[in-house]
Amino acid sequence: MSSDDNKQQQPVDHSRRRMLIGATTALGAIGTAFVAVPFLKSWMPSAKAKAIGAPVEVDLRTIKPGQLVKVVWRGQTCGVMNRTPQLLQQIEGHDEVLSDPESAVVEQQPDYAVNKFRSIKPEWLVLNMHCTHLGCIPQVLPEPGSYIWEPNWPGGFYCPCHKSKFDLAGRVYKSMPAPTNLVIPPYSFLDNNTVIIGVSSAGAA
Amino acid sequence: MIISRIVKGLIVSALLFSATAMAAGGGDIKVVNINLKDKAALQRGASIFVNNCLGCHAAAYMRYNRLAEDLDLTESQVRDNLIFGDAKIGEVMSTTMSSAEAAEWFGAPAPDLSVVGRSRGSNWLYAYLTSFYQDEFGNWNNTVFPDVSMPHVLWNLQGIQTAVFDEVVADNGSKHKVFKNFELNTPGSQSAAEYDRSVRDLVAYLSYMGEPAKLKREAIGIWVLLFLALFTFVAYLLKVEYWRDVH
Amino acid sequence: MAKPASNTKKRAHALFNWFDQRLPISDFWEAHLAGYYAPKNFNFWYFFGSLAMLILVLQIVTGIFLTMHYKPSADEAFASVEYIMRDVDWGWLIRYLHTTGASAFFVVIYLHMFRGLLYGSYRKPRELVWIFGMIIYVLLMAEAFMGYVLPWGQMSYWGAQVIISLFGAIPKFGGVITEWIRGDYFISDATLNRFFALHVIAVPIMLLLLVVLHLSALHQVGSNNPDGIEIKDYKGADGKPIDGIPFHPYYTVKDIFGVGVFLFIFAFIIFFAPELGGLFLEHDNFVPADPLVTPIHIKPVWYFTPYYAILRAIPDKLGGVIMMFAAIVMLFLLPWLDRSRVKSIRYKGWISKFLLALFAVTFIRLGMLGMAEGTPAETFEARIWTFIYFAFFGLLWFFSKYEKTKPVPERVTK
Repeated sequence: MSSDDNKQQQPVDHSRRRMLIGATTALGAIGTAFVAVPFLKSWMPSAKAKAIGAPVEVDLRTIKPGQLVKVVWRGQTCGVMNRTPQLLQQIEGHDEVLSDPESAVVEQQPDYAVNKFRSIKPEWLVLNMHCTHLGCIPQVLPEPGSYIWEPNWPGGFYCPCHKSKFDLAGRVYKSMPAPTNLVIPPYSFLDNNTVIIGVSSAGAA
Repeated sequence: MIISRIVKGLIVSALLFSATAMAAGGGDIKVVNINLKDKAALQRGASIFVNNCLGCHAAAYMRYNRLAEDLDLTESQVRDNLIFGDAKIGEVMSTTMSSAEAAEWFGAPAPDLSVVGRSRGSNWLYAYLTSFYQDEFGNWNNTVFPDVSMPHVLWNLQGIQTAVFDEVVADNGSKHKVFKNFELNTPGSQSAAEYDRSVRDLVAYLSYMGEPAKLKREAIGIWVLLFLALFTFVAYLLKVEYWRDVH
Repeated sequence: MAKPASNTKKRAHALFNWFDQRLPISDFWEAHLAGYYAPKNFNFWYFFGSLAMLILVLQIVTGIFLTMHYKPSADEAFASVEYIMRDVDWGWLIRYLHTTGASAFFVVIYLHMFRGLLYGSYRKPRELVWIFGMIIYVLLMAEAFMGYVLPWGQMSYWGAQVIISLFGAIPKFGGVITEWIRGDYFISDATLNRFFALHVIAVPIMLLLLVVLHLSALHQVGSNNPDGIEIKDYKGADGKPIDGIPFHPYYTVKDIFGVGVFLFIFAFIIFFAPELGGLFLEHDNFVPADPLVTPIHIKPVWYFTPYYAILRAIPDKLGGVIMMFAAIVMLFLLPWLDRSRVKSIRYKGWISKFLLALFAVTFIRLGMLGMAEGTPAETFEARIWTFIYFAFFGLLWFFSKYEKTKPVPERVTK
């Protein structure tokens, strides 16, 4: 036996070991969590993606009455529609057949679009065109009866994929595959002739 | 063991030596101290850059909104003062001149300046921007970058200087010219001290633009080191505690 | 009735058993950690194995994230690296971790290898451990070289130009081989693209396999130690080496402490000096690759410079290439060149100590000369050190056999 083995063995302080293991493990876990953050955040849209996804300006003078012009904002097809007084009239008087006539679902539009016409100015509709069911882009059929397969077509948006119907404010009809109204993106008016899609208050672009 | 200590010392000193040797290179180029925390200087430098450089040189990796964020400017301040043309705030600093045009006018397309602060270093940039002179034929030349194709863009600030050379006879009898000093013949709109500050501001801006993340990384670095010091200390206690078993 | 707490414990235990019966978890734990006995007298030099492992993992993780943003094409590569540095959230940190990790890898590997030289860790029965380690080192150099090409800066381009041209020195087939490696008549998009594939997939897979072999061979024969004696020769009544301690927990806690110290230095470089004065990231590599202009001062990254100095010292193209590769081959032969009765430098004679110190100085000095301009005086000096480099192996072979050694203790010392 070597002299080592004859040395007085001190009793092992188990509680101190447990405490130190706990402290090291906790610090290691905190460190790992902090290291994970940059890696996870590197998946967020980059400055380049944000620049490409910057707000889009639309010149309203180029949109004829009754016409809907499509623009792309952040890869989403958006529509800007010049609604005539007659088209605005079509929006009224059928609340009972709509799923959410009061625009109660908060996520579907900014506060300033919670009104009868779901818009800041009644004549200008700004709409994210993607169907809330599975993302297809509905056809624009504003004239009543313009959809040949449905004699009583009231005029609105009609999704070719799964036949969801929306009125001219993008409100979904009851008992449709689409669960809720079309999304109104954030937008604002830079001046009387220009709408900017992507920002809620002009100037913050 | 003594031998391992000697070798350790050698390794450390070799690394230190080579690092300082690398940093010192460049002969008579003097050291300019750039303070990236001086936001006012960076703002002035950015203004000099967009007014004098961006016409020909792009900074194709630098975005205007990043500039706003890092230089304590609002986006509308950047839009109003630093963006010429129809570039949007999120876009990169590109130039209106195409590289084909530049090649035709100057013989070579003007290089992109996004990372020039890192490839050349601030000392070189400062020396370069203060060393333009008009030669005896009336052409622009530069003592740091002889026969450079770029004219002295900041001449209206600095004025026009000429270079004085000494003639030196080498051992083998051949004569060659050695730069002595500059003489300012036509004063510019700025005094010598003002021009010096302008160049420093521009160099500060260029070195900021070379690595916009630098200030952020140094600020985070302190906390990372403090955390690691704490972790290492606790790990050391743990090691000592367990190693009490080992005799 | 059992308390709910112990019930959960029981269930966890049962779950573990379910897996353990189907997967050798506890066998692995026992064989390589809790039941792997390592000599108790490891010193400073024994931290670098675990640190190399840590850096390997770090390089793989950061590398995976970099590939998510990097574009392996000659037109986009340089811009995509700046995109990572500026536009990607925290991209700069991920890239600096990777670039600093590359240099740190070589720092750690060189110290790890020097430990082997100090204590004769390559000697019988650990020849295979050393050979696998050397293959890892060579693969690592290939990995680092190809990784350095990816940013497509001037140093990337001209470094690749020089290294690939080395193969042109091969008689008769040189031209075909260089063309085959490049996939073009010059370093081009095709070269970059294949280097990317090799850098991110092929070589890392080989590295991982070699690490498994390196550790398997090590655990088969057991670790060496600063005294260069076998702890297996003295076993206690329980059949465990008396001078050995279980790797876990003793060396795991010690290595965690080592990791802390390493990370502190590593983080300091990343956050305060990621270029390290141009040693880790070279200034000329911030200029996009230009096939028409060679940078005035072209040199490889610091970890290649000893071999580069040897290459430049030989005034003959083929001769230089042969000597450069021979410099690496010599290291492979160490297990058979060292014929000493003892393993550790502690018990070798003063000639061995002097030779090893001289070798370390030679390697460092060659590295410094490889970074220098290459003036005639420097080339002359490099020739002298090149001669000493190779002389070391011959002198080791001779003196290790005939040199008087000190008596080796039976048991490990502190």
